Order: sequence, then C-alpha cells, then structure tokens
Amino acid sequence: MKKKSRREFLKTTAGLIAGTTVASVVNVEASEKNYTKDDAYSMLYDATLCVGCKACVSACKKTNGLPPVKGDFDKDGLWDAPKDLDSKTRTIIKLYKENEDNWSYVKQQCMHCAKPSCVSACPVKAMKQDENGVTFYNPDVCIGCRYCQVACPFNIPKFEWEKTFPKIVKCDMCKFTSLKSKGEPACTEVCPAKAVIFGKRKELLAIAKRRIKENPDNYINHIYGEHEAGGTNVIYLAAAQFEKLGFPKLDNESPATFTENIQHTVYKGFVAPVALYATLFFVAVKNREKREKDNERGDN
Amino acid sequence: MAHENEFVTIDRKIITRPFLFLLTVTIIGFVFIAIRYVKGIGAVSNLSDGYPWGIWIAYDVATGTAIACGGYAMAILIYITNKWKYHSLIRSALLTSLFGYGLAGLSVTIDLGRYWNLYNLFIPSRWQFNSVMFEVAMCVMAYTLVLFIEFLPAILEKIKGKDNRLSKLAAYIYPKLNNILIFFIVLGITLPTMHQSSLGSMMTIATHKLHPIWHTGFLPLLFLINCIYLGFAAVIFESILSSFGFNRKYEVNELSGLANIIPWLTVVWVSIRIGDLIYRKEISDAFSGDFYSVMFLIEFLLIFIGSIMLLNEKIRKSPRWLFITACLILFGGGLYRMNVYIIGFNPGYGWRYFPSFSEFMITLGIVAFEVLLYLIFVKMFPVLPSGHNTEVIVTEEVLEKSEKMAGRLEWQER
Repeated sequence: MKKKSRREFLKTTAGLIAGTTVASVVNVEASEKNYTKDDAYSMLYDATLCVGCKACVSACKKTNGLPPVKGDFDKDGLWDAPKDLDSKTRTIIKLYKENEDNWSYVKQQCMHCAKPSCVSACPVKAMKQDENGVTFYNPDVCIGCRYCQVACPFNIPKFEWEKTFPKIVKCDMCKFTSLKSKGEPACTEVCPAKAVIFGKRKELLAIAKRRIKENPDNYINHIYGEHEAGGTNVIYLAAAQFEKLGFPKLDNESPATFTENIQHTVYKGFVAPVALYATLFFVAVKNREKREKDNERGDN
Repeated sequence: MAHENEFVTIDRKIITRPFLFLLTVTIIGFVFIAIRYVKGIGAVSNLSDGYPWGIWIAYDVATGTAIACGGYAMAILIYITNKWKYHSLIRSALLTSLFGYGLAGLSVTIDLGRYWNLYNLFIPSRWQFNSVMFEVAMCVMAYTLVLFIEFLPAILEKIKGKDNRLSKLAAYIYPKLNNILIFFIVLGITLPTMHQSSLGSMMTIATHKLHPIWHTGFLPLLFLINCIYLGFAAVIFESILSSFGFNRKYEVNELSGLANIIPWLTVVWVSIRIGDLIYRKEISDAFSGDFYSVMFLIEFLLIFIGSIMLLNEKIRKSPRWLFITACLILFGGGLYRMNVYIIGFNPGYGWRYFPSFSEFMITLGIVAFEVLLYLIFVKMFPVLPSGHNTEVIVTEEVLEKSEKMAGRLEWQER
C-alpha cells in the first residue's frame, strides 16, 4: 500500500514538475519575439561626431534638477566630476583611449530597451514603458528592492545609497521635463555637433545605415542597439569596437524574454500550482485514511 | 492529527549562558539595523550600483529560506510519501522553518530601500505578474503565515493545559484546527515548491551578469531540488545540535532515515547540473581552474563528498558523522545559492563587493535572534519529540557518546 502511494506521488508530482521545467526550457529556445517599434522615441549617438564638450551632461543635470558630483581631486567643489553614471548623473560622456591616434568619446544613458528587463523585473510597476517606448520610473510605488539594477544588462538604474529615503535614478528621455515642454530631450537639444539626435526609431536607424554606407571607412559596420537585448531605442555608431567603449556583448534576445518564458510556462493560467495542490491534497488525504485504518486494526 | 504526548516541552531555565550570548549578538545586530534606518543603506553596507544585492539577500533570503526548508521537506516525506515514523521530528522542523522564513522577511525589510511603499504589494492594480520578485514576495509571505498556522497546535496544546479563560478558547479551537490542518499542510508543500523554484528563476534575468557555470534555464529546478536536500540536512543538523545541547537522546533512527534520502536527491541534482553544463558546452569553464571554477568545485565537492559518505550505513548511524555530513551538505548546497546570488555575479567594469562589518553584524544578529527564539520556544511549547511513540534504538555507542557530550556541556544546565 505504502509503495503504491509513493509511486503515485512520484509519477504525478515529479511528472508535473519535470514537465513544466522541460516545457519552459524548450519554450525559451523556441520563441524569439520582436518587440521593437518603428515609431518609438529614439536617440542616435554618433561617436565620430561627438566633440566631448559635455553640454549634454550639464543640460541634463540642469533640466532634471540633478546636483553636481564632487571629484576626489576637487577640494573646493569647483567641478561637476562624476566618474560614471550615478544617482546624480543620468548621462555621461566618457573617453576611450587606445593610443594617441585611436580614441573615441562615448555617451552613456538608459538604452530604453524595446523589451526592458527592469520593467519585467519590477514587482510593483514602478518601472514602466510608455506608448512611445520610453522607460521611466515612478518613485511613489517603488519599494526599493533594486531588482531592476540586477536585471538591467547595461547597469543603468542607479540608487541613492547615501540617502535615508532613497530612490532609483535613471534617464527617462526627459519625459516629464524637456520632452514634455520642448518636444525633445535636453541632451539632443543642446548638442552643438549633432552627435546625439532625437527621432523615431525607424528614421534614426535609416540615418545610421546611410552614414555607414556613405562613409564605410569612418565606422565599424555595426549599429549597437539595433538587435542587442532584443533591440534598444537608443542606438550607436562608432569607429571603435563597442566592447572597447564599455558596452556589454549581448544576445539578440532581451533577458526579460528568457525569464518570462520560464515563468509564463510554469504559471500559465495558474494551472500548474492548482494541479499540484490538488494532487498533493488527494495523496495526503488518502494517506491519512490509510493511517487511520491501520491504527484501528492495530487497536483491535 | 498529532498524538498529544508525541512532543514535550523542555523543562529548563530559559536564561542560560548561551541565551545571554545570543542576546548580545542580537542586540548588536539590531543597533546596526537602527543605524541603517537613520543613515541609509549606504552608511552600513558595501552595496553599490554594480552589486545592488549583498549578503542580506544572498544569505538571509536566498540561502536562509532554503536551510529553513526542513518543514517543507519533512511535510513531503510524512504526508505525501506517508512515512509517519518521522512525524516526531515535524514540529522542531516547522519551528526552524517559521523563524527562518520570518527572519528572511525581516532581512528583506532591512534591505528594501523604500520599505514604506511595501503596501503596494497588496494593491492588485500594482501587481506585476512578469516579475519573479512579485511571485517570490507573495509566496514567501503566504508561506510564513501557513507555517505559523501549522505550528499553532503546539501553542494551543500548551495554552489549553492551563486554567484560564484563554485555555477554554484554545481547547475549543484545537480539535477544529486539527481537522482542517491538512489544507494548510498541503498548502505548506505547494507554496515552497513555487517560491523555491522561483528563487532560482529570479537570477535567470541576469543573463550575462551571472557566470555561465550557474546561469541556465534549469535554475528553478536546481533550486527546488537543492532546497529539499538542504531541508533534510538542516533537520539532521538541528536535531543533533538540540539533542546535544539539551542532553537528550539522539533520534538516530529517524535521522539516518532522512540521511538515506539525501544522496538520492543529490544524485538527481548533480546529474542535471553536469548534464546541463555539458549540454551548454560550459563544462570546460567549470574545470578551468579560475576563481569561478574553484567556487564551483568547492560547492560541487562538498555536496559530492557529503552524499558519498551518507551512502555508508555506519556513518548514517553515528550522530557525530551524521552531523559532519549534514554540515558538508549544508555548506555545499548553501554555497551553490551564494554562488548564484553574489559570487558568480559579475556586473563587469571593475565593480567589487565584499560585505562590510556592519552587514555581517546585521546578518549575524538575525541568525542569533533566530536561534534565540528557537531556544525560548522549545522551552515554552511542546516541540521536541518525547520519544514515547518512536522506536528509537539506542546503541551502546550512542549512549556513550551522548554521555561524553553531556559532560562537556554541563554549563548549559546551570
């Protein structure tokens, strides 16, 4: 009797768990959905045009009310000298220098993924993507779990570690400031070299492709963000390899897709958990009956 | 369902030297927690934008809840595979699970940057069903409540034995609760199956930050099996330690039964792990000898050696060896989770993380608090097995050993 119930359990439960897992792993490999939208708000940064003036950095800070970051060298606090993106810096210009002849500026900010991992990770919808493909943050609901930081392949969301009541800080294409009042983000508006421009994803992608075609010697033949992480709305042109400019080498699938496929397969319609509960309940009750019978027999 | 005299309250003084020691550690931990709430997370931790999660999440939550899966593992064994002889171990397992989960919850609220917004988790319009974090949060909260309900009979038994108004209420609820307890027991198996696997899914989203030795679509399944063998190992660990500490008879018969199950689970787990590494062609990485490979090998060898040892019957019958092997499994299985959550996590570009002194003290304080509560509860409520219903075979060797150990632990009595 005991053996039978155990076998039952093994068959049903193990089958259920193994089935859903295998299904989810297979599913992960099978599906590759395209989330990019042609009319999404986009930015194109061309590293070969950038003069490194950092007008974008200061315009971003001014527009979005971000304080300066004091450098280690700067005792008097005369400089805004962030080393990297941080909770006071939503965009930054960095310099990559291989040697005196080979160097390149590079701008960093949120990539505004077509399928953002931070949005997929957030348990309370504090990270959201709007209809224009802009990923933005709502501190009023954020619980501060920082799963968005873990999930982001570009390490973009930053946290105010030094504050008692901190929040997450990241680029939202000036959704509530410049984009709203002037129709484009502060950084693209002020760029004197037109190294970073604003537009619809399809148009900017066409411009990028044309630039490579017209001047193939100026660029490496790769538009970063066209396919990376399932496609991003901020795309890049450069003369140097993107890994050297600090960009991660990514698959063409969003990390969010990988995880969501697993979760959606396991929890589809909440069937598997309910089935698991029902099966376990059935087995447990049967076991109890058996035990009670055995006990009665023992008493007699 | 329980036989009333199956469990006993340990009749000892609550305030002992270990109690005071644990209390001190707890208080130190809570001082640092207070500093965190006044000055912010950055003031007490080495967490950064590259490593947003440190030991509070990786140890207290991801690893701590797995070690607290004794209640889950025992419930499967007793109620699903119908091995009733292990029932005497269920309450102490449930109690450790309850504190393990409850205090993991406490760690989370310390770690949460914007804890005052936590109520959003209870507003359906804010629910984000794609989020693994959401699933884990809801499931863990529900399970902690279920654990409390599962443990409630022990508290009621104590109260109804007394003579006051509350005892009448307890006497009234007790049989009713026993009748419906099976619903919660089964829920107490379903919920951990869900959130323990989800704790694995959690890190799947860090596709290129988590080292390929650990990043796989099989993370949820690996985490699930991992928490079951960790649960059994934790029950062995806890039972031997409390028998030792309270100078009680070792439950060798039951524990060796549990120890017998662990290798079966680890064999399945190791096969999936290695099979997956070969399938993804990462097996050479795993043996390349670099830092990640060494961490993998330590984790792997601890589990492997522990499991091989448990195949030996002599080892399974000796409390000392049982304890050692349980520790090997706990360290190996726990290290696996630490590897997935921090050690194998690399956000790139020069980010570094090693927990700060305050971070350690907060985690230590919470662990000490957990043990402290355990010590209080087993002295207040019928938790530990009375030995009446069990068929424990006390061998000469066991008796001799327990006497020796008792000698060494005399100070505990005073």
